[in-house]
Amino acid sequence: MSKRNFRLSKRSSQWLAFSLFRLVSFSIVGVLFVILGFIIVRGASAISWEFLTGMPKNGMTEGGIFPAIVGTLCLVAGSIVFAFPIGVLSGIYMNEYLKENWFKKTIRSMTNNLAGVPSIVFGLFGMALFVHSLDFGDSILAGSLTLGLMVLPIIIRTTEEALKSVDDSLRLASYALGATKLQTIRKVVLPIAYPNILTGLILSVSRVSGETAPILFTVAAYFLPRLPNSIFDQVMALPYHLYVLTTSGTNIEASRPMAYGTALVLIIIVLLVNLLANAVRKYFTNKLS
Amino acid sequence: MTIRKLSEKLAVGVLFSSSTVTTLAVLFIIFFLFRSGIGLFNDSSVEPHYTLVVHKNNPIDHLTSQALMAIFDGHTTNWSEVGGKDLPIELVTIDEIASQYDEAALGESLEGVPACVEDYMAHNEQAIGFFDATFVPADFSGKHLVLPKISLADFFLGRSWYPTAVPAAQFGVLPLVMGTLWVTFLAILIALPIGLIAAIYLSEIADERMRKVLKPVIELLAGIPSVVYGFFGLVVLVPFIQRLFGLPVGETALAGSLILAIMALPTIITIAEDAIRSTPVSLKEASLALGATHWQSIRLVILPYARSGIMAAFILGIGRAIGETMAVLMVTGNAAVMPSTFLEPVRTIPATIAAELGEAPFGGTHFKALFTLGIILFVITFLINTAVELIKPKKP
Amino acid sequence: MADVKVEAKDFNLFYGDFQALKHINFKAEEHTITAFIGPSGCGKSTLLRSFNRMNDLIDGVRTTGTTLVNGISVYDKAVNVDELRKQVGMVFQKPNPFPKSIFENVAYGLRVNGVRDKHLIEERVVTSIQQAALWDEVKDKLKKSANALSGGQQQRLCIARALAIEPSVILMDEPASALDPISTAKIEELIYELKQRYTIIIVTHNMQQAARVSDYTAFFYLGELIEHDETKTIFTNPKSLQTQNYITGRFG
Repeated sequence: MSKRNFRLSKRSSQWLAFSLFRLVSFSIVGVLFVILGFIIVRGASAISWEFLTGMPKNGMTEGGIFPAIVGTLCLVAGSIVFAFPIGVLSGIYMNEYLKENWFKKTIRSMTNNLAGVPSIVFGLFGMALFVHSLDFGDSILAGSLTLGLMVLPIIIRTTEEALKSVDDSLRLASYALGATKLQTIRKVVLPIAYPNILTGLILSVSRVSGETAPILFTVAAYFLPRLPNSIFDQVMALPYHLYVLTTSGTNIEASRPMAYGTALVLIIIVLLVNLLANAVRKYFTNKLS
Repeated sequence: MTIRKLSEKLAVGVLFSSSTVTTLAVLFIIFFLFRSGIGLFNDSSVEPHYTLVVHKNNPIDHLTSQALMAIFDGHTTNWSEVGGKDLPIELVTIDEIASQYDEAALGESLEGVPACVEDYMAHNEQAIGFFDATFVPADFSGKHLVLPKISLADFFLGRSWYPTAVPAAQFGVLPLVMGTLWVTFLAILIALPIGLIAAIYLSEIADERMRKVLKPVIELLAGIPSVVYGFFGLVVLVPFIQRLFGLPVGETALAGSLILAIMALPTIITIAEDAIRSTPVSLKEASLALGATHWQSIRLVILPYARSGIMAAFILGIGRAIGETMAVLMVTGNAAVMPSTFLEPVRTIPATIAAELGEAPFGGTHFKALFTLGIILFVITFLINTAVELIKPKKP
Repeated sequence: MADVKVEAKDFNLFYGDFQALKHINFKAEEHTITAFIGPSGCGKSTLLRSFNRMNDLIDGVRTTGTTLVNGISVYDKAVNVDELRKQVGMVFQKPNPFPKSIFENVAYGLRVNGVRDKHLIEERVVTSIQQAALWDEVKDKLKKSANALSGGQQQRLCIARALAIEPSVILMDEPASALDPISTAKIEELIYELKQRYTIIIVTHNMQQAARVSDYTAFFYLGELIEHDETKTIFTNPKSLQTQNYITGRFG
């Protein structure tokens, strides 16, 4: 083999590899488009005013998904009300107060562990603690607390990252002006970190609105064509409703259009949330530069 | 001044308490999973309030759950097969008693049943009776069999999962564990190379424009709810697989693996990309300056340097796949059998919990068994996290 | 006159809109050492990296004019970058050995360029390490990780690594700036030795170093080549006021 030939193959092996890489990477885009496209095309015809604001009727083969939408909104609100303050406070404490010691390491490792717990295990835990031991029953409260715990690590991490990106010299400048640590955090650090913390919140909303396993045994109702009155009521929820329509409805074939519609609503929520998160991120970077 | 100090102290207290919530949550999860699950190994696999009786001359004192099932299923027909006399086994239930005795003997409100049971069992040495405990008289002349307890070996090595079987439920998790491993293994086998390639492409090859297309796509893939993946799998992938391979059902391990592979991709790509990006530019430059092509530099310098991060991506991808519930529940067909091919239904641990917990009576043996499955899952994810923390490169 | 090995002809380089190099004309002859000096951001490293196209790694870099190595136009479309870089060894500011064994570090360049012959690889690795004046220190631990060496040893290993592919030109980007004085002295001694076989261009912040090791010195300021002459002349009798100010330490 001559030297010249080898050089050619060295280059062409790079060309081959990179072409393959491009192809594989863009096939991922293809997969997303197939999934989204399929659900959008099939789901679009199911979406109507009645679908969004009506009660399910006729064995869930007709009518709407209004109670499921309201239920999911309740769960999102409930879990965020619980997890957001705790998560942000926890992130502040970890980044601003704790030094790199065993305590911080423990908390961080536990947060990572909590983030890795499968959603169905959250469901088991929520059922054991909130539904039975604390006797909340199958309720918005039990479901929200379960979901809240699940997204807590997301909020803590994004808060920590957001705070870390705030320049230390700003803190020092504030101290030099006689501000206390708490004042510095409130008046200097948080306003700068705020948009990034918000991104964590938005991601949590996306996660909560799509999760099924944690609510299976803590709140979700199979069929409940009315709106909740209190946090101790059961509710329907979009992801569980989709599961029911797909696998255990009274007439699975007849409820297919309803299922496509519900899937589309879920997809739209995810798309909106992602767009919002990106907008916040962009706003943040523009403001900085 | 003192008020300011006090409020500062108070605030720090609140911050501190918040930071302990995740730790407490993990401890609580461990506590409640174990509290609800651990009683399993003291329980009998026979339904509560039921009892098993035999003739007083029958040498058998106890039977295992498996032996009981074999008798009830008609696979075991002679007492000698389970170590007793050479007599055919006759299975007696309350229906049997009701057909053997007339209404007068049974009594109007079944008050005569215990006497009938006593009578029947005393005259039939080959009989084994399975009755509600209240139907067996206190002065019963025969023997109560010692009810089989669920042992660790039964649970972890048992090959059949029939949680509601009569008379003895079977809680062998092996088919579920194997189902989980099979589905996860194939999913990672598919997702790892694709994810790694995409990560290399994103961090090393793609220009800014390509990245702007790919990054949001990966974020969206991560954001799609698992139930939507399950739905898509069920209406598109499952029929496709059924037709492609000419199967009786399309709900297969393969369908689960394919969906899981898509779901694990964002995790793998994101972490692997970070790892590849963390390779110092100076190493890449050194390689290029020696006449290596970009591709050679990636293969020989960048990937070896990033290997612990890539390992982490691999492990966390497994974690993502093992714990996934809804999508797998919807597309794998959920047959609790030992998997033998990817083209048959299987059932995973999370799917089992999701499918059965709703029907398991609170606090019962089945309920406990499902929580024990939860413990298994928790331990697996705990190990995965520990592994990732151990291989994470120490920052200099 | 000796062969011209490295050359720049009316060379301009832009980072986006910013012009980092302005109309550079430069020549370096065979078996000489040229020092590039000048304040930070003057373009000396950028020019160095234009002789083996390491600037390609940065997005938005544009060039006009040419640089030449061994008479071949570096930025010509027909030029195979890998082949070019094989002829040009480079040593970086901070020692950057690969996280591989000492032996594999030096063998790397040979392997990626298609050398398969074990004996040849072994022979070249040994020669290169010897040439880099590192042999006595590492001959018993060639299989050990390169990261276990001291900073100075690592830098000499990186030089050995560059020598192994038998380049004709060696570019050094502040090769001793991250090292202690003793290691620096060793590296300088080595550079002087290497002059016998190679054409060397060295970027340095250290004026004494330039004066000690180089035959020629080029002074850069704000992207322009202000003065290029024999080192003796530059340090004793600079023509330009800017050069004089710089080498007498008035700025920089």
